Amino acid sequence: MSQDNDSGSNGLQRRSLLKGTAAILATGIAPAIHAQDKPVLRYLGTAVNQDKEIADKFKADTGITIQYVAVTTDDVTKRAVTAPNSFDLLDTEYFSLKKIVPTGNLKGIDAKRVKNADKITSLFTRGEVAGKKVGDQGTAPKKVIFLEGEKSKAFAKAPTQWMSLIPTTYNADTLGIRPDLIKRPITTWAELLNPEFKGKASILNIPSIGIMDAAMVVESMGKYKYPDKGNMTKKEIDLTIATLIEAKKAGQFRSLWKDFNESVNLMASGEVVIQSMWSPAVTAVRTKGIACVYQPLKEGYRAWASGFGLPATLSGKKLDAAYEFINWFLDGWAGAYLNRQGYYSAVLETAKAKMEPYEWAYWMEGKPATQDIKSPHGDLLAKTGSVRDGGSYEQRMGGIACWNAVMDENDYMVQKWNEFVAA
Amino acid sequence: MRTEGSLPTVPAWWQAGPFALVFLLFFLAPLALVLAVSFWNFNEYELLPAFSLRNYLRIFEGCLSLNERGDFCVTVATYLSTLKFCFLTWAATLVLGFAVAYFLAFHVRSPAMQTALFVLCTIPFWTSNVIRMVSWIPLLGRNGLVNQLLLEAHLVDRPVEWLLFSNFSVVLAFVHLYTMFMIVPIFNSMMRIDRSLLEAAGDAGASAWQALWNVVVPLSRTGILIGSIFVVTIVMGDFVTVGVMGGQQIASVGKIIQVQTSYLQFPLAAANAVILLAVVLMIIWSLTRMVDLRREL
Repeated sequence: MSQDNDSGSNGLQRRSLLKGTAAILATGIAPAIHAQDKPVLRYLGTAVNQDKEIADKFKADTGITIQYVAVTTDDVTKRAVTAPNSFDLLDTEYFSLKKIVPTGNLKGIDAKRVKNADKITSLFTRGEVAGKKVGDQGTAPKKVIFLEGEKSKAFAKAPTQWMSLIPTTYNADTLGIRPDLIKRPITTWAELLNPEFKGKASILNIPSIGIMDAAMVVESMGKYKYPDKGNMTKKEIDLTIATLIEAKKAGQFRSLWKDFNESVNLMASGEVVIQSMWSPAVTAVRTKGIACVYQPLKEGYRAWASGFGLPATLSGKKLDAAYEFINWFLDGWAGAYLNRQGYYSAVLETAKAKMEPYEWAYWMEGKPATQDIKSPHGDLLAKTGSVRDGGSYEQRMGGIACWNAVMDENDYMVQKWNEFVAA
Repeated sequence: MRTEGSLPTVPAWWQAGPFALVFLLFFLAPLALVLAVSFWNFNEYELLPAFSLRNYLRIFEGCLSLNERGDFCVTVATYLSTLKFCFLTWAATLVLGFAVAYFLAFHVRSPAMQTALFVLCTIPFWTSNVIRMVSWIPLLGRNGLVNQLLLEAHLVDRPVEWLLFSNFSVVLAFVHLYTMFMIVPIFNSMMRIDRSLLEAAGDAGASAWQALWNVVVPLSRTGILIGSIFVVTIVMGDFVTVGVMGGQQIASVGKIIQVQTSYLQFPLAAANAVILLAVVLMIIWSLTRMVDLRREL
């Protein structure tokens, strides 16, 4: 009896609930549910490139959600090779393409669907800055940016319609120093191993990048001139690692670093006064109010570039959304955002349109700041009158000596690098 | 007759089944896979099934003689360094852990106080491993608290460098992290020692030290053994602590494996893992030779 009653009242509730839902649906929740139809893009990359502001702004503009998956540089490559279905959008460095493209896990990006594809800086497509060729030792983007077809495991020699990665950010790296603790000008890579800085130097412990920094040092010490730093022979690797081991045994290095934040802490705490560094790390030290210079050196810069790739299996709505994101990214807002952090954006003219003239003059033209320069988060980066380290875009990018690389002897190099760490 | 004889075993099998299955799926199968992959070949981007000893040969390449700088080969040097940390950490945690456990078991009389102090010991475990490690850095750094103190007390005239990013800091962090693993099992076996044995030792004229050495130590040996196994296995496989506290400049077997996996050299990493496993098993085997764990428990 009582059970019957219960089921009766339950039925009533259920009915009224249904009615209520229908009413709510009719009165305007529907558009919200429709908006949820927009796909979520899983964005695999390193934390340095994954700004919340960029995802928020994109969501506000298009309704598409970006879900960041942050891992280290090496792990991005590892996942692209071993778990290509675990992401919808890949943000990786050009040098890792040599490992990823032969697996067939990447789809060629159709340049015809990317509005600003023809405006991408000539540094990527032809290896030129302002009409002049820059250094192309290592995995220069122009060598790997074009594929032979949409489903291709090989790089094209000449430009094609199919691109492996659409460039997002790039920069030219050099040594970071603490001018207040060094108290004299630094002009060459050789200073990294100068015994004067014994116990106060550091080099990064990511083998494929660290070896390039080491090669710059070896060359500037006059020990050896590499035909191609980005593709060393076994003998050249031996020589480079031997130089590092010798320095390590003499106590040159205070620490090695692997993570962006480690380099910031080493520098900010004064444990280290000269080291391999990344541009945003220098910015991070400076925002703590500590003097830190991204020192241009006479031998030039070690450049890197990263870009968006699409997994081969991406299709339908998600694929459309990924193209929408790429187009949005090249459209200026994101480019301006990156430029204000000291990176460079792939399409300069759209970014210029979204920056104040005084900002453009400071960041890109190397002119003294006419107003205080602030980061996108509002922190003071440079006072009125100061000039950007390394000068203008042409000066910095024109000074590229080599690119981050994956060598043919990569296996051997990693083995020798372990020897350096163990020495 | 037939059914009666086999009846007790069937439920026993069923009872053991679930755990055996978990064991098989999550331990034996992956282990077998690691062993199999350690014989595979590989290139930049894929694993090539094969049966070759290439990976093992490469790990021990050049290990028969010293290299041109007069060093051991990477593998031997790395294992020696890892074993050194293992021994130093083991010795330090054993002394500390034994002392703390002894205090808790024999000097603290009330069970409530014992529990309270025991919980106190676990407080460091409420934060993450990495944070506990990183917190040493502002303390021991060149401009850290310890150095500031030493400088202000005029005990040294320049900052002491070996406090951080050195063998010392690595062992310190290990001891900080893992002493608890020694305290718990030793405390546990000490609590099971019959107190009248100590009284008897005293009555027979033994000094406190003699009672400690001849009664307490032998009777807590299972705890010491279990604690030792914990510490040894953790330290042998660690790469995060050595990395952070050693300034990434000190090699460890775990670090080598980690670098290899991040460069997609899985077969090489698998071979290294198999060797590491063999070494750890040998250490544990020799430890268990000293104490018959099964009988004592």
